[in-house]
Amino acid sequence: MPQDCCAPEGNIMILACSGGSNVGQLSNQAAVELTQERFGRMFCLAGIGGHLSGFVQSAKDIPKMVAIDGCSLGCAKAILEHTEIPNKNYLVLTDLGIEKNKDFKLKREDIEKVKEAIREVCNQEQTSIPMAEAGSGSCCG
Amino acid sequence: MEIKVLGPGCPKCEATEKNVREAVTEAGLDAQVEKVTDVMEIAKYGVFGTPAVVVDGEVKSVGKIPGKDEIKAWIEKQ
Repeated sequence: MPQDCCAPEGNIMILACSGGSNVGQLSNQAAVELTQERFGRMFCLAGIGGHLSGFVQSAKDIPKMVAIDGCSLGCAKAILEHTEIPNKNYLVLTDLGIEKNKDFKLKREDIEKVKEAIREVCNQEQTSIPMAEAGSGSCCG
Repeated sequence: MEIKVLGPGCPKCEATEKNVREAVTEAGLDAQVEKVTDVMEIAKYGVFGTPAVVVDGEVKSVGKIPGKDEIKAWIEKQ
């Protein structure tokens, strides 16, 4: 569903690898919760990986984005590279000290740690965007 | 050629439609331009926001007003 026209919130695109491990699912859960909290909006990385033009072009045109990989295999990063989408903000969850495993019982403390790291990387990037560029992706200007 | 402008109707959506129609006229092409305002129909294109422009089924632009020269480059390549 596209964001509502003229809606001021939710213009940070969140792309999670959503992979088959604890860290993959942590990326997914953090993206879901940050969307529910209106920090940004989770978008479909699979659609980009499938080279569907609506998804690929959306990712190319959005000024604020964060890509989250669970581990250093970097599947999300690779998808963005294959589709020639600039990777504006990037996070690898094992770099936060979370060990990769197959335990899907996610810990609340890990989810909060990931969410905070995403907020931090996005806030750092937002302060460095010139105003004209930062406003270019909103619907009403 | 079929061009769709996706957007429920904000000023940026209107400006996009205007640029598309003028670009088509200036390029002298026989193209059908359609404005799509239904949110469920827009959702079928998988776009993150609006306005968006679709040329013969391919999304060319999302969340911004494309200039007429940019639009002409898309439609003259087809």
